[in-house]
Amino acid sequence: MQRSFLSLFLLAFAHTLSAQPELEKQLQTLLILAEDGATVEFPEGSISLSNTLWLDAKKNVTLRGAGQGKTVLSFKNQKQGAEGIKITNAENIVLEQFTIEDSKGDLIKTQQVHGLIFRDITAQWTGKPKASNGSYALYPVQCQDVRIERCTAIGASDAGIYVGQSDSVWVTDCVAKWNVAGIEIENTTNAWVWKNKTYDNTGGILVFDLPDLPKKRGGHIKVHDNLVTRNNFRNFAPKGNIVGKVPPGTGVMILATKDVEVFNNKIWDNKTASTVIVSYFITETPIKDKDYNPYPSRIFIHDNIYSMGKRMPTWKSKLGFIFWWKFGKKVPHILYDGIQNPDWVDVNGKLKPGYEICIRNNENGTFANLRADKLGLFKDKISKNEKPYDCDF
Amino acid sequence: MTATFKTGGCVLIALLVLQAFAPNFPKVENFWGVEAKPRLSDYAFFTGNISELAPATNVFSYEVNAPLFSDYAEKARFVFLPNGQKMKYDAEQAFEFPAGAVIIKHFFYWNDARMPEKGRKILETRLLLKEENGWKALEYIWNSEQTDAFLEVAGASFPVSWIDEKGKKQSIEYIAPNINQCKGCHSYDGQFVPIGITARQLNHIENGENQLLAWSKSDRLALPDNFDPLTAPQLNNLPAVALAKEGQPSNAVALAKEGQPSSAARSYLDANCAHCHNPHGPASTSGMFLEYNQTDLERLGVGKPPVAAGRGSGNRRFGIVPGKPNESILVFRMESDDPGIRMPELGRQLQHREGVELIKAWIREMR
Repeated sequence: MQRSFLSLFLLAFAHTLSAQPELEKQLQTLLILAEDGATVEFPEGSISLSNTLWLDAKKNVTLRGAGQGKTVLSFKNQKQGAEGIKITNAENIVLEQFTIEDSKGDLIKTQQVHGLIFRDITAQWTGKPKASNGSYALYPVQCQDVRIERCTAIGASDAGIYVGQSDSVWVTDCVAKWNVAGIEIENTTNAWVWKNKTYDNTGGILVFDLPDLPKKRGGHIKVHDNLVTRNNFRNFAPKGNIVGKVPPGTGVMILATKDVEVFNNKIWDNKTASTVIVSYFITETPIKDKDYNPYPSRIFIHDNIYSMGKRMPTWKSKLGFIFWWKFGKKVPHILYDGIQNPDWVDVNGKLKPGYEICIRNNENGTFANLRADKLGLFKDKISKNEKPYDCDF
Repeated sequence: MTATFKTGGCVLIALLVLQAFAPNFPKVENFWGVEAKPRLSDYAFFTGNISELAPATNVFSYEVNAPLFSDYAEKARFVFLPNGQKMKYDAEQAFEFPAGAVIIKHFFYWNDARMPEKGRKILETRLLLKEENGWKALEYIWNSEQTDAFLEVAGASFPVSWIDEKGKKQSIEYIAPNINQCKGCHSYDGQFVPIGITARQLNHIENGENQLLAWSKSDRLALPDNFDPLTAPQLNNLPAVALAKEGQPSNAVALAKEGQPSSAARSYLDANCAHCHNPHGPASTSGMFLEYNQTDLERLGVGKPPVAAGRGSGNRRFGIVPGKPNESILVFRMESDDPGIRMPELGRQLQHREGVELIKAWIREMR
């Protein structure tokens, strides 16, 4: 009974309402009054909103539109609240079938939600990608059991799909384009990122562990069967943000994370770094978090297909410039900064079991160890010897 | 859902629903199990002309040391305690309240801040109601006649103007929060909690007497036997305006390291930021914690890169750069009036000039 209650009411009224502020108020009221198990339907049409739509402390609630492009929640005239939709302290929430655009901050932020589905949502900043766009299109943080399916994220000045400090996450059948980072998994455990398309971002898929966060360690992450192509867009992130350091032309970047498997992906035409495995030191930001581990470990890159036409790596980042300077038009596809925790290396200089970096069976998977630790990036000591990394687990 | 539409009962349901809601949308009398009264006057918290806010029996006013900045709005704060019931003191957390207690906060502007005798306009009243199972919030919006305020769960926005203390006319589109936004700040591990009812805010001399001791004497507050206002936590008493005149410690970083952060600036940050920016608050995601007793400099933002600030970073690299307020993200976000950048996220549209000056001076002194 309750399931039909709210939506029926809203539909009945939506057509008679011309005043958008009234509609906004009704939508927000429905979210506040929604009983557990309710479905709130957003009516078809373009709905202009001035404030965050906020759902707090609910169980089993669905927010549903009439379809992507049919229900358009526009925050172009937002006056208050940093987000478009915000969901907090909730359980089993479904968001589906609508377009949401142009919020001042993030488009959909969910925090402390246990059981969450984003499905068939287009979340975008319209117009040309620019630094004044919000940070994240879809932004679950501190969430548990998250599924992001068949969503499209466009124009984020940080990451289109950004999963932070969460556990048990699927990101699948999504499209991310014209963002700085297409998909970013950060300080998150047990994430599966597969069958997505990320293109025309600055970086396609990023897997990061960052310092200073309540949830310290991410890991157990699988990135497979994705198409990661043409991520050569200029980096338009505001400075100070970690993604501001991602060089245009990055395919998959793994930073300081443990247990990451990248396989069966098509990683094509990313002009600077098709796949790059780095420590946090590469950001040149001082680390003050004593509990933070800045080194990547247990990384397995296998069975990916790499290709790149003759394109120069970007000059517009230090890393890209070094690649350009070192490799010219022949930048290897898989790059490792080679900065290793001395405690994790055996007497022969090999990473001990449990900390390996393994690279195997990639089509066209040329490799370079930048050996950025001992030798200095500009010294001619970059190693293309893949042997120490030929392993699996 | 769609299935319901196809059934014959659909029309009937729709009619019932329409009837249930019309004409006054929404009906929330029993929402959340709270007896939410439609008018503020229904609670009888005030006697006589309600806009004079003369407290009825069991209602008493209180003052805080460091008020939250709310677009220069003034506040009148009251507590209602059920007959014979007491609050219970806690040195750090919000005091414990008996079920049935209500915290009442009115927001108003003086018509002319230089001359309070010219009267005021009360805009909204926020109630925090203590139920058996926790706190709930309700929001009441005043009518322009100032004869009563009316329940409004979804908040409201309306134009307001006043003459400030410098004689300048100010106008804003005032935004009263919806009920979910209340919890956007009033949240500790996801539970609804009061913010201002803490020892550090209420340990305050009012009318020549310590407020907590006075409450203890009048049986409103259970204080521990060894309570001493001199050793109990206390934020600096910060008048709403002219904050920057407060004395600054000569070396804010050294004081913070020694665990003596009780400067005007730290009090300001505690009152205006720490309700979210603490390890149990909504901004726990940021890793930036601004409680008055935080001694970890990086947690305070010193040399800390942003996590998910996006364009809120303003092209600056760290939360606080000692000695350099204009390179500190903290100052950038306090100065901004862009909803996607400004901090606090809620409840502020105007820049708090005096607050910004205070924090800038504090950062400038750091070394």
